[in-house]
Amino acid sequence: MTFFTDDNLALAEEIIGRYPKPRSAMIPLLHLAQEQEGWVTDEAMTQIGELVGTTSAEVLGTCSFYEMFKRHPVGKYVINICTTMSCALMGAGELMEHAESRLGVRAGSTTSDGLFTLEGAECQAACTEAPCLQVNYRHQYRVTTDQFDELLDELASSDHAVPDHGVLSQIRQHIPKDRSVGAVPPEEVKAAPVWLSEDGDS
Amino acid sequence: MSEQDVNEISVTVNGTQIEAQPGEMLIAAADRAGVHIPRFCYHERMSPVGMCRMCLVDVDTGRGPMLQPSCMVPVSEGMIVDTESDDTKRAQEGILEFLLVNHPLDCPVCDKGGECPLQDQTLAYGPGESRFIEEKRHYEKPIPISDLVHLDRERCILCDRCTRFADEIAGDPLIQFTERGNSTQVLTFPDEPFSSYFSGNTVQICPVGALTAAPYRFKARPWDLEENESTCTTCSMGCRIAVQSSRNELVRYLGVDVESVNHGWLCDKGRFNFEAVNSDERLTSPLVRDPDNQRQLLGTDWGSALASSAEAIRRAGPQRIGIIGGSRLTNEDAYAWSKFARSVVGTDNIDAQLGDGLPAELVLGLPPATIADACEADTVLIVGPDLKEELAILHLRLRGAATKGRTQIVEIGATATGSEPYAQRSIRCESGEAAKALSELLNSDDPLAKQLRDGSVVVVLGRSSVAESADPAVATASLIQSELPHATFLAALRRGNVRGALDMGLTPGFLPGRTRISNPSAMLAQKWQQIPEEQGLDTSEMLQAAAAGQIETLILLGADPLSDFPDRNLAAEAIQKVKTVIAIDNFVTSSVAQADIVLPATAYGEQSGTTTNIEGRISRVTQKITPPGSTRDDWMIATELAWRLGGDLELTSKEDIWREIEQVAPSHAGVTLERVLSNETLEGILVQETSIDLNLPVPRDTPIADGYGLRLISGRKLWDAATTTTHSPSLRHLAESPSLKVHSNDLERLGIPTGTEVRVISTRTTENLTVVADDNVQRGTAVLPFNQPGGSANRFIDATAVINDIRIETL
Ligand code: SF4
Ligand code: SF4
Ligand code: FES
Repeated sequence: MTFFTDDNLALAEEIIGRYPKPRSAMIPLLHLAQEQEGWVTDEAMTQIGELVGTTSAEVLGTCSFYEMFKRHPVGKYVINICTTMSCALMGAGELMEHAESRLGVRAGSTTSDGLFTLEGAECQAACTEAPCLQVNYRHQYRVTTDQFDELLDELASSDHAVPDHGVLSQIRQHIPKDRSVGAVPPEEVKAAPVWLSEDGDS
Repeated sequence: MSEQDVNEISVTVNGTQIEAQPGEMLIAAADRAGVHIPRFCYHERMSPVGMCRMCLVDVDTGRGPMLQPSCMVPVSEGMIVDTESDDTKRAQEGILEFLLVNHPLDCPVCDKGGECPLQDQTLAYGPGESRFIEEKRHYEKPIPISDLVHLDRERCILCDRCTRFADEIAGDPLIQFTERGNSTQVLTFPDEPFSSYFSGNTVQICPVGALTAAPYRFKARPWDLEENESTCTTCSMGCRIAVQSSRNELVRYLGVDVESVNHGWLCDKGRFNFEAVNSDERLTSPLVRDPDNQRQLLGTDWGSALASSAEAIRRAGPQRIGIIGGSRLTNEDAYAWSKFARSVVGTDNIDAQLGDGLPAELVLGLPPATIADACEADTVLIVGPDLKEELAILHLRLRGAATKGRTQIVEIGATATGSEPYAQRSIRCESGEAAKALSELLNSDDPLAKQLRDGSVVVVLGRSSVAESADPAVATASLIQSELPHATFLAALRRGNVRGALDMGLTPGFLPGRTRISNPSAMLAQKWQQIPEEQGLDTSEMLQAAAAGQIETLILLGADPLSDFPDRNLAAEAIQKVKTVIAIDNFVTSSVAQADIVLPATAYGEQSGTTTNIEGRISRVTQKITPPGSTRDDWMIATELAWRLGGDLELTSKEDIWREIEQVAPSHAGVTLERVLSNETLEGILVQETSIDLNLPVPRDTPIADGYGLRLISGRKLWDAATTTTHSPSLRHLAESPSLKVHSNDLERLGIPTGTEVRVISTRTTENLTVVADDNVQRGTAVLPFNQPGGSANRFIDATAVINDIRIETL
């Protein structure tokens, strides 16, 4: 199966090399796949299975555990409006209603231009800033309906700092071979790691 | 106190003190002490996961009683356990109420109803009512997750047994918990079915009716089933099974858990091929070739069929007769035929193997190992076929020993096998050169050489390719005998009761009881009228003699040489040249279709007796249903023929036959009929004594490949055109259509794109085949499976050659 681009395949190999067992790289590779396509396709899961030496079914089992791995196409911007208690008390319901009528879709769906996916979400750990939402998992606090409209315009205008859905970070960690500590298989670990020992040097 | 007792731990369960092993889980200790703790997810052959919480019991380890899952809590000294306390009861009621929240309770239309642990435990431990009045969860009712297994997600209680089995035992993690959370469900990857060779086991261990088997769905209700304990004879592993029937029709086999053989598991081929027994295509009355139209077989009566068979045998005389086959037979039937051939006909031309096995000398004479020995050895050396394809449950046992135990698997062979994923080392050599590769290894400073020399070694020895003769296997055996004298052997022979047939003397040169014809036991010499002095011909020699016009009458004892003998051309020529072919079989196979007289035999499930597995373990097969039409047991046919030839086998029942076997076969002395009929045969009675001095034949050398050709490798697949598979409606579509596989570099060198039709030339024939690039195939070789529907490698193979090479050309 060829899903990954050549660059991403090279990156995938590097990521796999960081772990003593290839299978441990499964989640990082799912992120990479989501970054490439915006969502995790079946082809991606199959190739990840091949790369880490397991079945596609096992990749699916892991992938489907995580709400934030999308297994169907989503918009360029995924908007999660928190609907849990504090936000609900502070007007999340109204905000959601407004968002739905403004975007013309129900929560859980994507606009026909493929730009926005609207979702209701559980607590985003920003209760003091209610009602809050996230755009591609980047917080927006105390959002009013007017601010919501502004936000949409901004996102549509491309004059903003929110990367496309799936992009984890714009700075990629790269560990060159000579600086890598090397992966030690668990069965070869004999003593506690240095940072765990009391004096830090044994 | 003995030494062992010192290590035991004593635990109080419901006021009684019981002894337990350190590290043992509480639920297992309670089981052994006869205290049943209800459970769903715990399974004694898999690691505990604590998924269902049904096994909660009150455990007091000094800090007061606490509810703990007994499948996850190891016993500790002084532990006080109450499995009947009020808290335990409340926990059980609570768990069952929870489990039933989403359970559809469609018991009246559920295959499991009547034997369902969820039903039974709800009745025994449940609260009786539910407080849940909301709508239950709904899913599409059963979805096929493979050709054989259906999944009803509404019924699933998420015990992780099926998924654990697939991953931990079968090594095919093709089903998984997905969407974990409120809608956790077992699923496969889209378009990647659960096509494991072992999928049927998940149906057996599912504690609810969530997984059902296509061949059994809605066939019967458990309370209508009758059951007998028996042994699978599809391959020579000898897995113990329960044969179940309803209204005189076989409907299901279940695996029986025995420590020494199958641990309760079965492969899907063995589990589901009962369909063939019920097939309408079964032979039910004798047939003879129509004198007016040679292309047709006509129905006849037993009297005339037997009379003409006897006439053909008499006319041929002992030198010009050949008997091929007998691995399908029970030991008793095999004995009757062995006696018939030697004592009545006076011929030694009899062979149960079809030129694709090992010389009987090796099977009977090499120091034997048991399956358990293999699973406890330091190293298991596999030099033979792909066990996953040919002896599926042996593969499972070895995989278990390697992944859970300390056994290391080392395999040597020319192609990738199913053992590779769990092998310590897979040594790839040229076809026919395993001995050379092993010798190089043993004489190197590779640490593996030391491991083999110093540790215990069990060798699983067989023919890794039907396109290579037995010589390479013999060469490997002699090398191991001289270099690793401590090694013991398991012969990887696949056909049903082949081991029993060899023990009963269905092989030239040997008599019942693993003795040579030159050295019969006193009892045998007394009971048999005559014993041929000259060693007779094996299958390959018989077919060659027949092709040369030296055999007049050929008896096929449940054998189909046209499909199963490595060399189809030789088999075809032989069958054509022979004056009379008498076939005793269940179905009209390719060879039976060429026969002149066809005698219908009873099939599996319709006969009782004993069978012997690869390690020499004798276990019982039992009759469950009445045979169709006028089919007869094979031993009866032998007796009838003997009588018509003026002889008398003096055998009147299977019990009779066993008594005689016990008397005349030195290896079986002491294995009395009483023992065979007793519970001892649950684990089987191991017979390993042999009275021959090993006299290994000198193997021919493997010729060097010429550089133009490709060395042909032909192994068997679990799903092939085997008679029982093709006559089982649920199984017959599972075999892949054959293609010739060649390394992409070789194809490039020849300028042939993958997927094209090419001309394949061997010394035997030139035919067109589709060639596919496959980099798992070694360079310089070509892989073509044996006996696949729609084309078998047997057309290209010359059985007299040590090795077979082919050439491919563009059309
Ligand atoms: S399908 Fe059956 S075996 Fe598998 S998890 Fe569900 S209840 Fe358990
Ligand atoms: S491994 Fe052999 S004996 Fe066991 S179930 Fe399969 S076919 Fe039957
Ligand atoms: S049997 Fe112990 S938790 Fe399921």
